[in-house]
Amino acid sequence: MAEYLGERESGVERLRWAVRSWQLTAAMWTRAAMAYRASFALMLVANVLITSLDFVVVVLMFQHTDRLGGWTLPELGLLYGTSAFALGTADLLVGSVDSLGERIRAGTLDVMLIRPAPALSQVCAERFSLRRLGRPAQATAVLAWSVSAVRVDWTWDRVLLLAALLVSGTVIFSALFIGGATLQFWWGEAKELQNSFTYGGATLLHYPPTVFAKELVAGVTFGLPLAFVNWLPLLHILGKPDPLGLPAAFQFASPLAAAGSVLVAGVAWRAGLRAYRGAGN
Amino acid sequence: MGSAARLYLAIARGSFRRYSTYRAATLAGVFTNTVFGFILAYTFLALWRARPGLGGYDTSQAVTYIWISQSLLVTVAVWGGGFQDDVQERFRTGDIAVDLYRPVDFLGWWLAADLGRAAFQLLARSVAPITAGVLAFHARLPHSALTWPVFLLSVLLAVLVSFGLRYLVSLSGFWLHDSDGVRAVMLVVAMFLSGMLLPLGLFPDGLRQAAQVLPWAALVQVPADIFLERSTGSQVLGGLGFQLAWAVVLLALGRAAQLLATRKVVVQGG
Repeated sequence: MAEYLGERESGVERLRWAVRSWQLTAAMWTRAAMAYRASFALMLVANVLITSLDFVVVVLMFQHTDRLGGWTLPELGLLYGTSAFALGTADLLVGSVDSLGERIRAGTLDVMLIRPAPALSQVCAERFSLRRLGRPAQATAVLAWSVSAVRVDWTWDRVLLLAALLVSGTVIFSALFIGGATLQFWWGEAKELQNSFTYGGATLLHYPPTVFAKELVAGVTFGLPLAFVNWLPLLHILGKPDPLGLPAAFQFASPLAAAGSVLVAGVAWRAGLRAYRGAGN
Repeated sequence: MGSAARLYLAIARGSFRRYSTYRAATLAGVFTNTVFGFILAYTFLALWRARPGLGGYDTSQAVTYIWISQSLLVTVAVWGGGFQDDVQERFRTGDIAVDLYRPVDFLGWWLAADLGRAAFQLLARSVAPITAGVLAFHARLPHSALTWPVFLLSVLLAVLVSFGLRYLVSLSGFWLHDSDGVRAVMLVVAMFLSGMLLPLGLFPDGLRQAAQVLPWAALVQVPADIFLERSTGSQVLGGLGFQLAWAVVLLALGRAAQLLATRKVVVQGG
């Protein structure tokens, strides 16, 4: 108990406490879900199947062509694996934040606000479910196959860049989940809107940038930072020309883009929380 | 007969109004369908640029296929949902037992409600994506005026087939107590076999022939082909007949399952 009753002045300690609160809430929900093991197993299997469908479609497309937008199947596998891994891990960690609107409507957000733990940690870990491991697990399998099948000399800089993009991509999608959910402070029914950025964004990143109009590619480079999740770093790894002709520095800038996204999402969350007025329950 | 029809009409109208209440949610949904339409239309363009005329679709038909499927996604509830959420909730609270004793037919009640929902979703969620498709991708509107009413009839039959499938899933709750797992599996099957992700004609041999006779083809593939005027004359009748046959079979199965379920509830609850 003393753990949270003490003063928490420094930023590091506050961050540590936020992570700890997330862990406690997530552990509680995991125990709850494990009470229904059969249902859990069925849902996990269904989850893997659902997320596999997107890649099955790509494979079926390659039954009819050997290149899509100039990229081969293993190259699309890299796009798919990285994008789905980042989205899936972000969804596992913070995906529950998208039901913020329902919490506001039901008044349960107020309960979280008066608990001695950060509201964001609680909202993100609420209804935490390990069945969401399905997507990152399946993405990892596709990624492993693509890494071995693609014609790339895996030098250390490429390996490092791949690792960095997986982490940065997860952070960028997490920021999109939280930033998108923040809209629900003002627009409670907007839940489906953020699917455009998260799930829509991930679908966009399954395919090479050469498939899309230049305006769209520019929009997800300078607007929503989706291009930094996998497009830009993979251009370097695969040695492909940038359709926008941007400086090579962009291909290494994913961690910066991730930091920027976190900052924006954090500011948005605080603004939303300040604007929120409980219903008095 | 007259009073029964009036009752079901009132249920459908109420359901239509209920869904139309959530304007912001509808707007957000339309936006999301349109974003997905944009993304997927580009991928189809790339595929058809590599293989013109693939699956018997020309490039403009292929792009239009995406916009039609995005427009139908919610109306024919490929993902499940609609009345399923309500029934699920009533299973959880136990109100389902009361529902079965009402002087209104259980299947008829939810079917009427689902038709009201579908009518609203068709109006609200298909106009914007189709318009975006026409403006941004020169999506192909039907050349013959007759195609429109036939398409609407096909969508109605698609909703009936979709209802039949979802009704069976919901009723599985009588035996499994929780139909969430079955629902999740059905979602995978429906997304894939309806042609929502890829026209069935592009599936490999064997799987293609199987998908084309299974009920899910009635949800997206058949109405889309009618809209694209890919099927003409007797093929249109064949498509509609296929939908009608599955609708009849599934609703009959739903009726039979309901009889079994009712007996089970009486035995348990007395």
